[in-house]
Amino acid sequence: MSTKTPNQKAWWLVVPVVLLVAFNAIVPLMTVINYSVQETFGENVFFFEGVKWFEAVLHSERFHNSLLRQMLFTGIILAIEVPLGVAIALAMPRRGPWVSVCLVLVAMPLLIPWNVVGAMWNLLALPDIGLLGRSLNAAGIEYNYTRQPVAAWTTLIAMDVWHWTSLVVLLAYAGLSAIPDAYYQAAKIDGASSGAVFRYIQLPKMKRVLTIAVLLRFMDSFMIYTEPIVLTGGGPGNATTLLSIDLVKVALGQFDLGPAAAMSLIYFLIILLLSWIFYTVMTKGEAE
Amino acid sequence: MARIRLSNLRHTYQDRPRNDGDWALKRLDLEWEAGSANALLGPSGCGKTTLLNIISGLLRPTEGTVRFAERDVTALPPDARNIAQVFQFPVVYDTMTVYDNLAFPLRNRGIAQAAVDARVREVAAMLDLDATLGQRAAGLTADGKQKISLGRGLVREDVAAILFDEPLTVIDPHLKWRLRSKLKELHQRLRTTMIYVTHDQTEALTFADQVVLMNEGTVVQAGTPVDLFERPRHTFVGYFIGSPGMNVLPATFEGGLARFGGHVIEMAGPPKTPPAGAKLEIGVRPEFVRFSSSGIPVRITKSSETGRHRIVETQHDDATIKLLVTQGHHVSGERAFVSFDPAHTQLYADGWIVEGEQR
Repeated sequence: MSTKTPNQKAWWLVVPVVLLVAFNAIVPLMTVINYSVQETFGENVFFFEGVKWFEAVLHSERFHNSLLRQMLFTGIILAIEVPLGVAIALAMPRRGPWVSVCLVLVAMPLLIPWNVVGAMWNLLALPDIGLLGRSLNAAGIEYNYTRQPVAAWTTLIAMDVWHWTSLVVLLAYAGLSAIPDAYYQAAKIDGASSGAVFRYIQLPKMKRVLTIAVLLRFMDSFMIYTEPIVLTGGGPGNATTLLSIDLVKVALGQFDLGPAAAMSLIYFLIILLLSWIFYTVMTKGEAE
Repeated sequence: MARIRLSNLRHTYQDRPRNDGDWALKRLDLEWEAGSANALLGPSGCGKTTLLNIISGLLRPTEGTVRFAERDVTALPPDARNIAQVFQFPVVYDTMTVYDNLAFPLRNRGIAQAAVDARVREVAAMLDLDATLGQRAAGLTADGKQKISLGRGLVREDVAAILFDEPLTVIDPHLKWRLRSKLKELHQRLRTTMIYVTHDQTEALTFADQVVLMNEGTVVQAGTPVDLFERPRHTFVGYFIGSPGMNVLPATFEGGLARFGGHVIEMAGPPKTPPAGAKLEIGVRPEFVRFSSSGIPVRITKSSETGRHRIVETQHDDATIKLLVTQGHHVSGERAFVSFDPAHTQLYADGWIVEGEQR
């Protein structure tokens, strides 16, 4: 089979892609890896430290707390946004002039920039002048998110649900619209209850888009930064210091490049691992 | 099992129908005997699926009534009508096993587990699904899924009629024949009223004892396959059924005689009197046209083989006359004469057949 003349010129065609990937992924990542194994005392002098920073981060209580807060936050918003999104999608009209009205209204929050959302909720929830904060206090509920951790969490979660449930709604709605009428007709003839229609037709047909919705919401919420930093700045105390907020504090606040780099890598690996687990579990049994 | 009767039925999908064209179904009366095998045949968009959905209760007719036996079911929802329907694209509950799919309609009606089990196994055996009962329904082939859809209808012992909406559309050609004979066999065994919607004349004519041919929301002809073939009531029936379709030739009528291109065309039956001023046509199927020593002079323009027969196309002035010639029959030269079998030649006025006796 050696009748072909070897010609290596084709490798040149790959060069643009290699350069692109190198500059936007490999080089920055290598810089981070580089920092994560070194110590510096300034003046651009570095000492090799091995896995010291990784050990330090993994054993630090501060990191554990941030990670726990992060998991709690992501868990809560997934538990609210996915069922709520599906419920709203089910309630939306399937055809007629109201479809586009509903879609635009639902999509509206998605169009607002993160920091604007944070600022909006900040103003809304301020206990002395905010519409929400003042009304709550006037109604006799003591509410001050700048001082009460529970109030801060509630506000943060309400804000995320407000901002991102729409994404789940749109995906679930797309999944629902793709179900042919014949399924509903067959279910009617088979005498299925609306619960059974949901359980055996709508939910299985939405599975794919819901997998995507859960994955997107998981990754996004796990990396959330802008909205909480604008709303609470991680406070009161450290109550709403999620992973990325903590990371920025370490990297830019304290300028501890080594620990921050190690933390970034661990953070990245956690997201990768959890996404992989989600995906594997949710697509299990679809291979046939 | 029940006789199905539709009376004074009309349906439109529009809120305010303005003219005739806005009605998907124009006024029609139809009746299907209990236990009969029927076909609803017609080109796409002729209203046959609308009609089927009205029978099953998925649609409520704008006007008219639907009766099963003597019971008026017009206002009843599908699950109260004891109807089974098989759709164009197989509908199965993906996450369930074949067994659970078949058991679903029974469980929804709160039937005891033992009875469900016995019935599911019986139906599965009938449809040759017993080997796959434990499998996930999503993993089956299209014909397997279609059998499940059918099975979900058959498990219910109270089923009044089974409706099929072009059930073989997505089935591979070599399996179509098998599934069709299965349906036929089931009908002979169960004697359930079946209504089969299709635009494929072969499917309709081989399946049904009674065929209803529809076009543009009206019933053009209802009868046995032989009726539709030998005595098309409308030129549309002649075109639509048969391959190739009926020859439809311009005609004149004078002094009790029909003529085509000046040649008198003999027709069997009592003398006919077509309405004055109507557009007249003569219809004769290619099967009933012969080459002869005298008659209508034609020029042979084309000849194509179909295997058993040869279709010969001839030309007389502007009119094309097709003939079916049995294999072996020698066609020679370019000029010939053809004649029509009087027993199978009909006169049509404005498309509709002119019957011999006056009504």
